[in-house]
Amino acid sequence: MELRDTPDEAAFRAEVRAWLEANLPAELRGHRGGAGRFEELGRDWSRRVYEAGYAGLTWPREYGGGGAPYSHQAILFEEFARAEAPSHIGVIGIGMAGPTIMVHGSEEQKRRYLAKILSAQEIWCQGFSEPGAGSDLSAVRTSAERRDGHYLVNGQKVWSSFAHIADWCLLLTRSDPASERHAGLTYMVVDMHSSGVDVRPLRQITGEAEFNEIFFTDVEVPVENRLGEEGDGWAVAMTTLLHERGTLGFALTGTLDVAVRKLLALAKERRLEDTRLRDKVAEEWIELQALKLTNYRSLTKLVETGIPGPEGSGSKLHWSEQNQRLTKLALEILGGEAAANGDGEEAAYWRHQQLRSRGNTIEAGTSEVLRNIIAERVLGLPRSR
Amino acid sequence: MRFAFTPEQDELRRQARSLLAGPEPSWQELAELGWLGVSVPEEHGGAGLGFVEEAVLLEELGRSLYSGPYFATVGLALPVLPPEQQARVAAGEVRWSAALDGWLVPNLDAVERVATEDGAAPAEGELVESVDESRPLGRLAPGPREPLPGKLDCARAYAALAAEAVGVAQKALDLSVDYAKTRQQFGRPIGVYQAVSHRIADMYVETELARSLAYWAAWCVAEGDQQAPVAAAAAKSYASEAAVAACERAIQVHGGIGFTWEHELHRYYKRAQWIESFGGYPAVQRAEIARALLD
Repeated sequence: MELRDTPDEAAFRAEVRAWLEANLPAELRGHRGGAGRFEELGRDWSRRVYEAGYAGLTWPREYGGGGAPYSHQAILFEEFARAEAPSHIGVIGIGMAGPTIMVHGSEEQKRRYLAKILSAQEIWCQGFSEPGAGSDLSAVRTSAERRDGHYLVNGQKVWSSFAHIADWCLLLTRSDPASERHAGLTYMVVDMHSSGVDVRPLRQITGEAEFNEIFFTDVEVPVENRLGEEGDGWAVAMTTLLHERGTLGFALTGTLDVAVRKLLALAKERRLEDTRLRDKVAEEWIELQALKLTNYRSLTKLVETGIPGPEGSGSKLHWSEQNQRLTKLALEILGGEAAANGDGEEAAYWRHQQLRSRGNTIEAGTSEVLRNIIAERVLGLPRSR
Repeated sequence: MRFAFTPEQDELRRQARSLLAGPEPSWQELAELGWLGVSVPEEHGGAGLGFVEEAVLLEELGRSLYSGPYFATVGLALPVLPPEQQARVAAGEVRWSAALDGWLVPNLDAVERVATEDGAAPAEGELVESVDESRPLGRLAPGPREPLPGKLDCARAYAALAAEAVGVAQKALDLSVDYAKTRQQFGRPIGVYQAVSHRIADMYVETELARSLAYWAAWCVAEGDQQAPVAAAAAKSYASEAAVAACERAIQVHGGIGFTWEHELHRYYKRAQWIESFGGYPAVQRAEIARALLD
């Protein structure tokens, strides 16, 4: 057990910290994302992150990655959080598309897609959920009809972050119309600039539109865009979801770290004396440490066995509920001014965070689905369905 | 950064788990196993290891509700004793407890000596029954004190309690998982019902978070890290609350049988509550942390 950085880790941490100090534009520090302006800045910022060698740090070098150990990835997340630097804009590409293509893609597909994810030349989105297929993903109905050399895709996807700026979509379709549930699904990547793709933003309770609906009308997708075999889409989709939740821990804890730091600053600035509120602030700090340390345990397991531990679902579950709690706590500390929501008001920042946090227990696996995963796959309880 | 136990520490845990699954070992057996002298230097008859190994044992002893004064002797008193007393502790010849910071003295009935802030005293005083029958408390009689070389350490005490609490929480979780897999109602094991399984999933998440904090605190204490006081306060507050909550959920999962004297759950529940209150309830530790963070 050694909780300090090794000399190699310390050197990497110092390097990242110095790079951020020299390169992070002031207007991006602490940027909450979501707004349109961020997308232009975000591409530029992501390109700089890539050029510095910090995008896809653990990916193999042959696909443009850094070939670095997972511990460096963890340090990178921590230092980005510490500097309140925005993450690379290609979160879906790096966290989901890349790992899925590395496992199921052909050599040609790997060469075509992976490097451009890291350089932010191409942005990715995910087309999994549908109006009738949320937590029950196996109910997807978007159809892919095999024609000469292509699939003809028709259907509707929803809750798709980045779709309005994406170049590619990870699409889960039903290729066998007679099939049910997990059988007869096919996974493909779709050029978002194809004819018949229509993206409509969904305005959410914060007033912003981070998510979109995507409508596919007679979209022709070349057969070579398929990942895995026809009919094997479910297995490919599970790889995507494993990575969605598996690699998420450090990134999420990074955002929570920023939130707790801001909460502490707020409590200090207001000279917080109320015993009950001080108790709650301490609780948030303690639980942040607990999440961080749990990530370290998972990371050590990942480094030593190559297999991520089952803790990922638990971390996401706890993170989402904690984020909801602490953003409300910040508003309570602001007291009577908490309802003020004008530009520049301190309460407006926290109100945005608080409203946005309601999505945390729904997106990337609802808390109900995550509890099922823990009960069934971690603890071995009998299946509820 | 490497946050995992060494193969030797894992082996110590396996050995402890398997031994404690049987009849409760005597104090002399613990001495023969080397558990009493884990952190005692080799020249004084110990193993020359540290608090991380002791925390492994404390967790396993918590998991099996060990009734002897291990927490009192090793968790509280051992590091402040002179080498010759440490050697006697390692050999199982003398048992100690401690009076820290105005706290009651654990296991006053089962030890010979008590370390206080002002020095050593014989274990004489008024015995106080406690919620956990296996761990009575006591109020030390006034009298002369013999000087001790070390100073009692609140962080170490908190870290030891956190390790025990993790053992208790894990046991409550294990009992609940087993019961939910086997107990049938409406023709199906009750674990298929999400009202039951989601409660158990929450126990798992909290137990894992408590575990992370407890191991962190143990490492900080073992290394003399400057974060030790805050880490130990965080671990004690979170792990003891997690243990109490785990036992309460476990009782609910077990239904009527969980509420009976016959079932072992109430003994875990009472140990968890003993740990939660000893040295101050979690709000006391969080107030310390708030002072460190905000003032």
